[in-house]
Amino acid sequence: MDNPEVIIDLKSVSFGYDGNQSQRPVLHALNFRVRRGDRVGLIGPNGSGKTTLFHLLMGLLQPTQGEIVVFGKKRQHEKDFREVREKIGLLFQDSDDQLFCPTVAEDVAFGPLNLGKSQEEALEITRQLLRSLALEEFENRLTYKLSGGEKRLISLATVLAMKPEVLVLDEPTTGLDEDTVERLIQILTSSNLTYVIASHNRDFLSKTTDIFYHLGGGKVERRPNISAIRQVC
Amino acid sequence: MHIDNFASGDSLLHRLDPRVKIIAAMFFSVIVAVADRPLCLAAAICFSLALLLIARLSIREVLLRLLAVNAFIFFLWLFLPFTYGGEKLFSLGPLTATREGIIYVFQITVKSNAIVVALIALLGTTPIITLGHALGHLRVPSKLIHLLFFTVRYLQVLHLEYDRLRAAMRIRAFRPGTNLHTYRSLAYLIGMLLVKSFDRAERIRKAMLCRGFHGEFYLLSHFELERIDLVMFLIMMVVVGGMASLQWIILK
Repeated sequence: MDNPEVIIDLKSVSFGYDGNQSQRPVLHALNFRVRRGDRVGLIGPNGSGKTTLFHLLMGLLQPTQGEIVVFGKKRQHEKDFREVREKIGLLFQDSDDQLFCPTVAEDVAFGPLNLGKSQEEALEITRQLLRSLALEEFENRLTYKLSGGEKRLISLATVLAMKPEVLVLDEPTTGLDEDTVERLIQILTSSNLTYVIASHNRDFLSKTTDIFYHLGGGKVERRPNISAIRQVC
Repeated sequence: MHIDNFASGDSLLHRLDPRVKIIAAMFFSVIVAVADRPLCLAAAICFSLALLLIARLSIREVLLRLLAVNAFIFFLWLFLPFTYGGEKLFSLGPLTATREGIIYVFQITVKSNAIVVALIALLGTTPIITLGHALGHLRVPSKLIHLLFFTVRYLQVLHLEYDRLRAAMRIRAFRPGTNLHTYRSLAYLIGMLLVKSFDRAERIRKAMLCRGFHGEFYLLSHFELERIDLVMFLIMMVVVGGMASLQWIILK
């Protein structure tokens, strides 16, 4: 087979929140596949389950049915997902959830330290990364005093610091101005990472991704291009 | 938000090693809290004022802080003189004020003000984050320090959330009054803040898990003890030691 390796494989995954009165699951027998090198855009209306899908993938939620296979291994328990979290970086919708350390440097170094790097190595990684993203001036800034756009870029840096193989971005452009969105596009397209982006920003998706999925009714469906989704939602 | 109000500045106290400041503040507070001899308390007030002068803080800001502290103490002045047993000084209707009671409240007033001024001058001149790191290097349990960090970090976020909710109420013409509608609405506001904080805590935990968190926290800032730090440390320890001896050793 000529196809590159499948690194994320969700097989017939279902999920419903307990408190959901309607009894209708958020995701219903969903199949979703990402191969190495894919740049996937995910579009779906509000509440269609994009965040849920990502949290299932990272092991933050457990599927009610189905199988999650990442890097060729079936992932079921908290322990299985530790390796997943080292290799897949998730950028949260709200940067305030992600940045919890007092200073930018500490927040960026948090991931590498958890991966067992020494303090010196972690600081070195942090400095190098901030420099490569042209964010070095932020190193000693306090995270709670950053602007919304700065927070998003630093959050991305905290994820990139773990040197993930795959990036998963949950609504990365919400609340950002054009310049910051432009910077985000630049960072993503100049990387050679595999990534999945959920967004309502079609312009952003068409610039950063080339495989498009529509999420709705608890399922994902591949579409040939982004305008094929336009009519749906 | 009033975090780090006094932390910007370039006085000797601002530049002093935070570990020195924490230790000095600790000894000072404990000794003043248990002291009761006038001479010792007078020395404490002088030491606090000296620190305040060295720190070169805005007197107005400091007085505003002290006003808040003394608002609490005001209530002690209302009750303690009449409830503390001792020699009668004067009567107000059925109430009798005692000499010991008045001395006691006066002591509390002096002690509280001395301690608060010293804390503002010593700890207030350190950014709270630096303070946390210094505590870490003084071997304070890392769980406590991270509680401090999380509090500082998310106080801001919660405060903004509160402001947003309040603004949302105001733009729909909510005006607080003394009625059930007001109480109910404010209860909703507080309830909503609690629920949102709970959700946020859950999301932060998830974000930490995604970055490989396994219960370990790390400190990145380190401090270097310089000569001026040692000198200041010795001076402050001598003064505090002097206060202790005024309290316990030197007899009449």
